[in-house]
Amino acid sequence: MDWVAVGLTLRLAALTTAILAVVGLPLAYWLATTRRAWRPVVDAAVAVPLLLPPTVLGFYFLMSTGPNTAIGRLYDQLAGGTIPFSFTGILLASVVYNLPFAVRPFAAGFAAVDRRFIEAARCLGASGPRTFFTVVLPLSWPAVLAGLVLAFAHTVGEFGVVLMVGGNIPGVTRTIALAIYDDVQALDYAGANEASLVLLVFAVSVLAVTYSLQRRRLTL
Amino acid sequence: MLPLFILWLALWPALWLAPGMAAGQAPGVSLVRVAAAADLKFALDEVIAKFREAHPGVRVEPTYGSSGTIHAQLRQRAPYDIYLSADIAYPQDLVSRGIGVRSDLFSYARGRLVLWVPAQSRLPIERDGLRALTAATRIAIANPRHAPYGRAAEAAMRRAGVWAAAERRLVLAENVAQAAQFVESGAADAGIIAKSLVLTGPMRGSGRYWDIPEEMHPPIEQGGLILPWASSRDAAGRLRQFLTGAVGREILLRAGFEAPSK
Repeated sequence: MDWVAVGLTLRLAALTTAILAVVGLPLAYWLATTRRAWRPVVDAAVAVPLLLPPTVLGFYFLMSTGPNTAIGRLYDQLAGGTIPFSFTGILLASVVYNLPFAVRPFAAGFAAVDRRFIEAARCLGASGPRTFFTVVLPLSWPAVLAGLVLAFAHTVGEFGVVLMVGGNIPGVTRTIALAIYDDVQALDYAGANEASLVLLVFAVSVLAVTYSLQRRRLTL
Repeated sequence: MLPLFILWLALWPALWLAPGMAAGQAPGVSLVRVAAAADLKFALDEVIAKFREAHPGVRVEPTYGSSGTIHAQLRQRAPYDIYLSADIAYPQDLVSRGIGVRSDLFSYARGRLVLWVPAQSRLPIERDGLRALTAATRIAIANPRHAPYGRAAEAAMRRAGVWAAAERRLVLAENVAQAAQFVESGAADAGIIAKSLVLTGPMRGSGRYWDIPEEMHPPIEQGGLILPWASSRDAAGRLRQFLTGAVGREILLRAGFEAPSK
């Protein structure tokens, strides 16, 4: 087992999940409650990584953040270095790529909350954020948890985007999925087998936990 | 709400895990990241092991891939210190684009191409050479668009007059090591791959090979470049010296490479 790759993968998945919680929860709440005409456009933008091949996302990401682009130059001045082939690069790409895996379950959970509770809270003088934290979130946490778990697990298993944006550098962008790809090419089938088995067990457990949470939500 | 808090607690330690491990270099140890052509996979691992004995203060981290893919990444300033390409034209192109200087450009070997089949294969490669491919159902080569060994394989097949027959039965791999993996695993029944992958690593002795004469394809002149953003030019230079010096040359020759032309 390549433990550096395992640690890197966990860190990438944890940070991606944390950023998606900060960005995704308000976005999902807006999507679930707004009546604006351009909501379907935002809905589509959030969901589009589900349909795009990772190569398309990786290609656009490379083209828009390379050292010769405006974004790339700004990043070089602020932080030094380049976005592609860095940990920041794969983190940003995986936030975008995992947006639907977090936001869609969030939004479905928020939409299922009875509007009368929200309206009652607002009529009693609670602010928007306060309503969200004391009424909406407690009523929809299984969906929020499912979204976070899915985003985490999907980041762990990500391959195409990380390979294109990250370039497979040990200790920087080589996640466990890339380490398995390397093992197979190096004919190290024992190493590939070990890591693949760990990922398989991980994926099955995550899905079992997620489904059992959803079942509980139905009976709540 | 409580499960969310528990999840947060579970994620928290992971945030601190990797950076320390990745950056965990002892003080005074310099790091050289090598982006190397896939045909070097096992030979370079051996060179690095020997280099480590001679230079304990330098840590070398290799990444293997197709020379063309690495070239594209380096044009986007991928953070490697040394580029070891299977085709010297790629590092030359970087220099002509202002990435690196001519004095940091060096050739280190000439690659050899072989036709490889698993031990139990009935393809008569010793008798017919590349013509035996007309009886193969799947032929693995590296992608000629960005892998030097793929281009050499295509040229050799054209030269042998089997290209038209073989073209639709090709399996294109991302790099030459993946082409070797395709045929080693039995997914393809013949492969045109680097001799270095056949003589070193797990494939040694597991199949038969036929040396493709060098005049059947343009020479595979392998060249390297120390990149201008190398974190330690001194350490990178020492690795270059070692690879092109007596010990490195001897390992490369044993791994099936030829000495560079110049």
